[in-house]
Amino acid sequence: MATQVHPDHEFDVQDLMINMGPQHPSTHGVFRMVLVVDGEIVRDVVPYIGYMHRGGEKLAETMDYRQGIGWMDRTEYLAQFNAELSYVMAVEALAELQVPDRAQWIRMILCELNRILSHFMFTGAFGTDVGVFGTAFTYSFREREVIQDLFEEITGDRMMYAYFRPGGLAWEVPDNFVPRVREVLKSVRQGIKDMNGLLTDNEVFRARTVGVGAISAADATDWGCTGPVLRSTGVPLDLRRTEPYLKYDEIDFDVITGTTGDVFERFTCRIGEMWESIRIVEQCLERLEPGPIMPDRMPRMLRTPPGEIYMRTEAPRGEYGIYLVSKGGNRPHRLKIRSSCFANLQALRDMTIGSYVADAVVILGSLDIVLGEVDR
Amino acid sequence: MKGLLKSMGVTLSAFTRKPVTREYPETHKQLPERDRAFPILLWDHGMNEPFCTGCHACERACPVECMTVLMKDNPNHKSQGGESSRRKIIDKFWIDYGRCMRCNICVEVCNFDAIAMNNTWQGHEKSVYDRSDLVQELPQLLAVHRSGELKPWVVP
Repeated sequence: MATQVHPDHEFDVQDLMINMGPQHPSTHGVFRMVLVVDGEIVRDVVPYIGYMHRGGEKLAETMDYRQGIGWMDRTEYLAQFNAELSYVMAVEALAELQVPDRAQWIRMILCELNRILSHFMFTGAFGTDVGVFGTAFTYSFREREVIQDLFEEITGDRMMYAYFRPGGLAWEVPDNFVPRVREVLKSVRQGIKDMNGLLTDNEVFRARTVGVGAISAADATDWGCTGPVLRSTGVPLDLRRTEPYLKYDEIDFDVITGTTGDVFERFTCRIGEMWESIRIVEQCLERLEPGPIMPDRMPRMLRTPPGEIYMRTEAPRGEYGIYLVSKGGNRPHRLKIRSSCFANLQALRDMTIGSYVADAVVILGSLDIVLGEVDR
Repeated sequence: MKGLLKSMGVTLSAFTRKPVTREYPETHKQLPERDRAFPILLWDHGMNEPFCTGCHACERACPVECMTVLMKDNPNHKSQGGESSRRKIIDKFWIDYGRCMRCNICVEVCNFDAIAMNNTWQGHEKSVYDRSDLVQELPQLLAVHRSGELKPWVVP
């Protein structure tokens, strides 16, 4: 005796709330998303941030300019040189310091290598997110390790370099710096080819990423996205090109842009940026000349005149800005970090609504968030 | 299908490469001379006393306040009938390795080149069972350089 189901009967359907994180391997740190799902479709996303808030901005206000550098490392812990660069450039602009040429070239080399390192981390972690479990991660870490070894030889530390100083660099690079960088670049080239072979042309990878989490250029601009997330939508905003700092105006490189702004484009943009970074480093190595790395008359304790400044640079994840207010003296009166990840993360809700639950992880991974930078 | 085979080719090519991994506790990577582990104090082998005079420069410059320094009159000073030219010398020195963030600032501010970053593997393998064991005292801080294990490194 079959039960008669009335064709017009309406089930009382309720959306299900799924709590993802804060300790979830695919949230790249301590990040919590509450997904409202209807079957497999995501209807709403509520991101919760702040689990990793350490008060780094406030702590840096209690310290003098040299001591604060260590805290910048700890905000953006995958692109430390880029974070340090914003900070020291802000201090330099306030104190009106002239950075010697050699220091600027070395800074550029290190920042671009750091960009490659950070993007390797992204490709590996992103591969894990889409399901190339382990392989992409270990392969990209193998290449990342080569760059990290170089940084260890230069600065002494593997992650928290604390190498840039207001005015220049903390100490001179080793004698074999140039051949070592070339050696690293060779290894990096092979590594990018490997990642391309492993992921970019892979049909499964494409099926998971093409057309997923697309965002329009207007939306991305409205949310304040920067970096590869914005460039993948077709907006050629690269601070290295639009507001050249250091010596980027003397260097020939292309701004990599996409068209559709989906997850796949964000990935290919980053791969393209790695090739461009290699080009930049090679040009820098040719221009590198011996010379001083610090200005002649540096005071023992750097003091800045009263004033305020906003200094932004192009970090691997986008615009990393430092807003610094000085009331004179040797420490900032107010320090505010404009974090690229924080702004990019705001667009997550727009991208995710309407996609599958499994794609939510991929979209989050494609934003390449660093929770240390989001929460500071 | 072609892309999948290419991916497989990348994985297969890894077999032909030399392994980059090490069996860590048995084999150690050679550390660069500039390697920064934790700060230690240097020993003046000629005078048989520490270089440190307890001037508090590093203590004041430390961003995380991990150091505590106490100074005393040097019993080995010339005025006391000794040979040393150091009027003051370090009495007690604690560094809390649990707080230290290895930023190298203490090395930079030191006027007597009395402090350096440990560039041996001892500096990295500092696991302890109790957090309070990470607070290092003066004999522990001097031990590495006193025994001559510290590699000469490029002072910045």
